[in-house]
Amino acid sequence: MKKVFLSVVGFSLICRFSAHAQTKVDTSRNKKPFSLYQPVIADPQPTEYNPRALRVDEINLVSSYYGQNGNHSAITGGIGTEKVTDISNGLDLKLVWVGDNSNKNTISLGLGYDHHTSASSAFVTTTGLGKQGGTRIYPSFDWTVENPKTGNTFGLGAYYSGEYNYKSLGGDLHFSRKTADKSGEFSFKAQVYMDHVTMIYPSEFVQAITPVASGSTYITTASGNVVLSNGGSASTPSLATKPRGTYTASFGYSQIINSRFQVMLLADVVAQNGYLSLPFHRVYFSNQKDTIEKLPSSRFKLPLGFRANYFLDDNIILRSYYRYYTDNWGSHSNTANLEITYKVSPFFSISPFYRYYTQSAAKYFAPYEAHSSTDEYYTSNYEYAKFNSQFFGAGFRLAPPKGVFGWQNLHELELRYGHYTQTTNLVSDVISLSLGFK
Amino acid sequence: MTNQPLKLLAALLLMASITSCVNLKEYQKNRINDSEMALSNRKVEKNELNFQSYRESASGANAGKTGGGCGCN
Repeated sequence: MKKVFLSVVGFSLICRFSAHAQTKVDTSRNKKPFSLYQPVIADPQPTEYNPRALRVDEINLVSSYYGQNGNHSAITGGIGTEKVTDISNGLDLKLVWVGDNSNKNTISLGLGYDHHTSASSAFVTTTGLGKQGGTRIYPSFDWTVENPKTGNTFGLGAYYSGEYNYKSLGGDLHFSRKTADKSGEFSFKAQVYMDHVTMIYPSEFVQAITPVASGSTYITTASGNVVLSNGGSASTPSLATKPRGTYTASFGYSQIINSRFQVMLLADVVAQNGYLSLPFHRVYFSNQKDTIEKLPSSRFKLPLGFRANYFLDDNIILRSYYRYYTDNWGSHSNTANLEITYKVSPFFSISPFYRYYTQSAAKYFAPYEAHSSTDEYYTSNYEYAKFNSQFFGAGFRLAPPKGVFGWQNLHELELRYGHYTQTTNLVSDVISLSLGFK
Repeated sequence: MTNQPLKLLAALLLMASITSCVNLKEYQKNRINDSEMALSNRKVEKNELNFQSYRESASGANAGKTGGGCGCN
């Protein structure tokens, strides 16, 4: 409560100071502030939507390569390789049309495809010869309608993600309302994810099937897998799944403080239930016996965020983000991120960034062979360990008016590299490319 | 119960803060409307946020998804 109170006091002071500064700017009403940039019309009039017919507004392509190494894999109980590589590709298509009531309609269609390799996955089997790679495909859909006079929006979204051991189906409803003077905006989003975890166990926990001598029957193994036993032989087991639900209410309020400064307050309320462990994560007890991870069947999360962006002069933008997070598994964390965008020209910018993250351990976490076999819940997944992490790198953005490399349709190119280190010895690198087509 | 006056004061201060922020004319919004001033993540950050949410306990509040996704290891 003290933190909330101090944050609000700080926010209040910022606004008061800014209001004072703004008064001075307003007195020079006829003096247009010098800028390299052309003013952008913030609130387009309905007449701009011409033609009204459905058209492709924008296409975005984001590709990334991610490489990671570490030595605390949850599959091997908190020890062993965490080497992972991942190639991600995402395509977003934005379609726009204007309805009879002059409202602007936007349909966003997304399709993502990832391919990863994971050295630790091989150790789901004790031989180390298990599956080491996988793919994930995730289409998405969003429809948003905007009133061009008020700027208010309403929309619905749907989402699917599928890979060999995890399926996720999601939906959301969202809306936003601008204040009368359009300097502030309140936004809300309600999301539901209905997921299914495929019960792939470490090989030592998979029971051998003893087929029935004659006739046909279905056998359900202790791990929940169903096998058809037919005349002395047994089919390959169909893997059982367990459900996991995630329910999120997201609130946001953004406010323009003055001509150079705007802020946003963010809060999510997240409830999860169902099977929240992963069945192929091992835990080794202090008596050297192993089992699979066991976590409670519900979790409540509360992340609170704050963004503040400041246009320092005509060339420098400070982009900052802070988040406090807490959950009922005993984990608390703080995230701080600062990005300094330097505009070399109006169409080319360089943005070095630094992110610092710290978290306390969840109460169910203990490292390799540190859990007692009498513990009610246990995990050796270092996602729940106490650690700090740092992430730093730089981004480059090109958006020339005649198109990137003179290609008019390619209106924006962003390239970004980051290096990540955790105090658990996990290190990773990520490089991403985003292309925007009009 | 002892937090009640503090909560009320915080709410009042928040309301006062917001109302003290001054309106801008359209011609004064050229910086605020710059695409790099957007109060959101960059498109190019999408996959970074994904891996952070899988490697760290925290996610959400506009930095990483709160659900869905993968059964990562």
